[in-house]
Amino acid sequence: MTARARVWLFLVPALGAAALFVWALTGLPDFGHYRGPYGDVVNARVIPERHATSAVAAVNFDYRGFDTIGEEFILFAAVVGVTVLLRLERDEHEESPRDRAERHASIEVADAVALACIGLVAPVLVLGVYVVTHGHLTPGGGFQGGVILAGGPLLVYLAGRYITLRQLRPKGVLDLGEGAGAGGFVLIGFVGLVAGAAFLENVFPLGSTGSVFSAGTLPVINVSVGLEVAAGITLIVYEFLEQALIVRAGR
Amino acid sequence: MTDVLQALATLLVAASAVGVVLNRDPLRQAVAFAFFGLALFLLFLVLQAPDVALSAMVVGAFAYPMMTLLTLAKVKDRSG
Repeated sequence: MTARARVWLFLVPALGAAALFVWALTGLPDFGHYRGPYGDVVNARVIPERHATSAVAAVNFDYRGFDTIGEEFILFAAVVGVTVLLRLERDEHEESPRDRAERHASIEVADAVALACIGLVAPVLVLGVYVVTHGHLTPGGGFQGGVILAGGPLLVYLAGRYITLRQLRPKGVLDLGEGAGAGGFVLIGFVGLVAGAAFLENVFPLGSTGSVFSAGTLPVINVSVGLEVAAGITLIVYEFLEQALIVRAGR
Repeated sequence: MTDVLQALATLLVAASAVGVVLNRDPLRQAVAFAFFGLALFLLFLVLQAPDVALSAMVVGAFAYPMMTLLTLAKVKDRSG
């Protein structure tokens, strides 16, 4: 095919697609003018029905909580997949991080960077816990807070303390957190069944609106998801750091 | 005022997205992508979608660029 024919083969469908795209855009509701009924219904019902001020959290973990279980297990499967892919292969060996540190003595972390990173670890962890536990009150929740929590160990690494990070080696705890977090969500679903209601139905006491201990199952599920996400992302970070820093090709 | 902020944030997203595509070096691309994630976060923030903004920030500006960088470090070590 000549170059000219290829250009035409691209141009004609591209123009057609652009025309259809513009036509579709003209049919959209005006910017900022919401038409569907569901958002309004949820906004009106969420506080009387669930005592939760974050409508997004109520939709995600309650009204359509079953979907979110699926999403959580996508992440769970991804973490398991990464861990399996990044295992130590037959033609690789582990190199002591100390040796490596000596060879790369020139790449020293500046004191200011190390200090800033170490100083940020505690605030980042507190922020993560806050975002997880207030998911039913303000924007945020288990998924976002979990990733923020996983930022803590990464800051320790950025401060040049990889050896410290490796010595901590809380891999057993991380595996446990990953599994318990994912399983916890399903268990909370079964509490609904045991109480004689539907799977994942919000059967816990709803408490008073605006309190951390309110909205029934929502904060419990958020903590469970936060545990799973924090442990999962930290596991991935650990595996990647190990691969990048101490696993070497050859025996 | 809100319209101006929304227009600015949309332009920033478009510009940083084009920047990611035009960068051909994966290392620079990872850093450019982190800026794109940050722009996306600002867009969702001015569109008053704080939940999505938080997700965009932790995934776009943190998790994804970090994994790309670590993968690049590993690949470079394997080839060199």
